[in-house]
Amino acid sequence: MSGPADPTMPKAPARQRFDLAGILRQPLLGPLAALIIAIIVFSLITDTFLRPQNLSLILQQSVVIGILAVGQTMIILTGGIDLSIGAIAVLGTIVMAKTADASGPVTALLVALIICALIGSVNGGLVTALKLPPFIVTLGTFTIIYSATQLLAGSATYPVDKGPLTFLGNTIKIGGFTTTYGVVAMILVYVFAWYALSQTAGGRHVYAVGGSPEASRLAGIKSGRVLMSVYLLAGIIAAIGAWAALGRIPNADPNAYQNANLETITAVVIGGTSLFGGRGGVLGTLVGTLIVGVLRNGLTQAGVDNLYQNIATGVLVILAVTLDQLARRRSQ
Amino acid sequence: MTAPVLEAHGLVKRYGSVTAINGADFELRPAEVLAVIGDNGAGKSSLIKALAGAVVPDAGQILMDGQPVVFHNTRDARAQGIETVYQDLAVIPALDIATNVFLGRELKRKGILGSVFRRLDMPEMRTQAAGHLADLKIGIKSVTQAVETLSGGQRQGVAVVRSAAFGRRVIIMDEPTAALGVRESGMVVDLIRQIRDRGIPVVLISHDMPHVFEVADRIHVHRLGKRAAVVRPTERSMSDVVALMTGAAEPTDVERSGGS
Repeated sequence: MSGPADPTMPKAPARQRFDLAGILRQPLLGPLAALIIAIIVFSLITDTFLRPQNLSLILQQSVVIGILAVGQTMIILTGGIDLSIGAIAVLGTIVMAKTADASGPVTALLVALIICALIGSVNGGLVTALKLPPFIVTLGTFTIIYSATQLLAGSATYPVDKGPLTFLGNTIKIGGFTTTYGVVAMILVYVFAWYALSQTAGGRHVYAVGGSPEASRLAGIKSGRVLMSVYLLAGIIAAIGAWAALGRIPNADPNAYQNANLETITAVVIGGTSLFGGRGGVLGTLVGTLIVGVLRNGLTQAGVDNLYQNIATGVLVILAVTLDQLARRRSQ
Repeated sequence: MTAPVLEAHGLVKRYGSVTAINGADFELRPAEVLAVIGDNGAGKSSLIKALAGAVVPDAGQILMDGQPVVFHNTRDARAQGIETVYQDLAVIPALDIATNVFLGRELKRKGILGSVFRRLDMPEMRTQAAGHLADLKIGIKSVTQAVETLSGGQRQGVAVVRSAAFGRRVIIMDEPTAALGVRESGMVVDLIRQIRDRGIPVVLISHDMPHVFEVADRIHVHRLGKRAAVVRPTERSMSDVVALMTGAAEPTDVERSGGS
């Protein structure tokens, strides 16, 4: 630029050229494109992929991780992380199964919900009151909950009776497409979380606290209260995930879902939510969950070994984080 | 003479053995830009924090329109219409401009959508935010764009707009140009003038003497925890003011007692 700068000039004229960084910053576009490409590729290379039963299966396989990933997204949006969310859900399934034997399924659901919510609040309390890093807090509670679950279960598994506890496994026909109530529940959880995060003040404060804790404080936001409600909600969502897990396999197993914490983080990151907090959202996480589901299912249909599927998922995670880093660097 | 909008008498604040505010006076008149200057450690930031409610003084009195007020926290000061713009660009980069302007004071939809479903009224917030930006002649095309897409000056502009939108009585700016380039600082100085021209007095804390002399109506010189003088930039030169600030020169009796 030549000539003296005019201090009163309000701003540079907007550039109308192709803006790659701007497109990368559109959080949902990249993951959505990846999902569509994966669907197209698998429908071309296998005959079975596009069948309605198979698509329904992908959704059903995604339900538990998909639900838990909503809680994970909210926590990551605040700049935190939850390593315990899978363990909370597994504890929830054991509590449901054991309580149902003594007091009936409805009481069992309520007791599990309260216990999961309490554990979520403990995570939140340690993060807000003691100001400990969420990674360390939830690493600790993850270990504690995992071991407590083993003690509670006594290394046994608990089959549950058909009824309210397995309700989310019941099938439902929507316009000729057969799916389960679990899939419907997952979609409802996403709709609720999307609404809360994007359409309410509390949701905007989640982004604000994750984006800049200091600026949020100066704007009068009570960040402790925001964090507490997010960790509490994650606990409640873990209980819903536990319910969905019993719907999928009516047998509470203390060794199930051991990698759920990492799988939810994978879905969140592939869905374009930043691990640094403050940007992203649950719609991206839904797409991220489906990408992982489609990839695993498609590769299975194509006869690719399970271990190669893990390698593919790992590559995707690194790619997603790289894109996030690039977008951040451009914005600073 | 009209009554001061905001004044303070004999403010004291001690931290252990350190006295940050040592019997300071302060007076802000209607529709003026009052610059507050002082050497590092002179206690001007503690004084400003007391006026913004961020620090509760141990002794002394704060008055608005001649009525005593007590601020226990920044919320109390805000409720009285005192808004503060902080130097470190207190905006959330990833959120859009309208959300940033209304952060912590969001508007909800009318009726059941707002009361039960707690739904935000984004269209109304966008309209109002765009109106405030236009009022202050900040040339930003769309209030739906993220703050991180703006230049440093425009970001500070958003922070100023937020305070101007809610600061009904007093706007305090703590080093608003410290993080900005020359041209962008010029934008902020223009904004300060526009706010003053709308009748809202501005307290400007700054180290930048040329800016202070460009925009201030009066200059409050802070030294050793209290007001050393209030001078008019039309009557004193920059080197005079620096000398007053460091104690190398003595103010006149009128200046020492708060100026004419």
